[in-house]
Amino acid sequence: MSSKEWPLWEVFIRSKQGLSHKHVGSLRAADATMAIENARDVYTRRSEGISIWVVESNMVSASDPLDSDAFFEPSEDKIYRHPTFYDVPDGISHM
Amino acid sequence: MTVKEALFTYVLRIADDSLILGQRIAEWCGHGPILEEDIALTNISLDLIGQATNLYQFASELEENKRTEDQLAFLRVDREFSNALLVEQPNKDFGFTISRQFYFDAFRKLFFEALASSKDERLAAIAEKSLKETKYHLKHSSEWIIRLGDGTEESKKRIQEAINFHWKFTDELFFQNEIDTQLIDLDIAIPLTSLKANWLNYVVTVLHQATLEIPTNTFQQEGGRLGFHSEHLGYLLAEMQYMQRAFPNLEW
Repeated sequence: MSSKEWPLWEVFIRSKQGLSHKHVGSLRAADATMAIENARDVYTRRSEGISIWVVESNMVSASDPLDSDAFFEPSEDKIYRHPTFYDVPDGISHM
Repeated sequence: MTVKEALFTYVLRIADDSLILGQRIAEWCGHGPILEEDIALTNISLDLIGQATNLYQFASELEENKRTEDQLAFLRVDREFSNALLVEQPNKDFGFTISRQFYFDAFRKLFFEALASSKDERLAAIAEKSLKETKYHLKHSSEWIIRLGDGTEESKKRIQEAINFHWKFTDELFFQNEIDTQLIDLDIAIPLTSLKANWLNYVVTVLHQATLEIPTNTFQQEGGRLGFHSEHLGYLLAEMQYMQRAFPNLEW
């Protein structure tokens, strides 16, 4: 038995038509085909999805937590960026 | 023999294959080589046991509810089981498990495809539902054959050994007797001989792709369909039927 581990894959599932794929977790697999099948077996056993994407984890570039101050804090006091200053006409229930 | 009696025997053969293989694969639960494969095998096991449930229910109705589907599964002895010898073979290792599965899935896919147009509507419906599951099982086992065959020196050696070992049980998948003849005449059963060429063709293609040798031994063993089993089945049944034997009529 080889001690070398298979690469890690991130799994995205689309739960139904019209919704976007959502990250649900990760798993190990030797190649993309196997990753999709493993994702099917691990993450869609209870009819959770109709489509699967897998991406090798090391292909994902992530923001650096150390940059959080500069990245995310400046938007916290910019409430005018939220569309909350409009009067929603009567009869529109979902906006 | 009445058509109903013949059909009962025919349905039982299909059900027994599913149940015994399902139970065999269930032995992997918690012991899979990796977590993902553990779940994959358990899913396949549950698919097979689900197929068996549908078929035993049908069989039970065919014999006027003399026995329930549970009684058919848990209260028959080995001589009354008509599964093929292939499916009762021990798991041994992952390679043996995959090899057994591969030969069986390749057969089952062709079988259910044909059975889906049976004149018996109930059988056709069960076949159609099971076919979807079987297609995935075959994809899974075929890819593993290729991965192991075309993998490392060790994986190739072991999967080749398993492929050679199980070869002698493959002819029995195409076993037919007077039961089949009677039902084939009514367009209920499938002439299994008509599936053999396609089965062989598929198996050879995948083995080639896996860079594995096609087994050349011609000795074939059969008997399972008539209740003559290897010693392995008794142990499997002892474990599977234990609860119902120890606590008769137990339900949960």
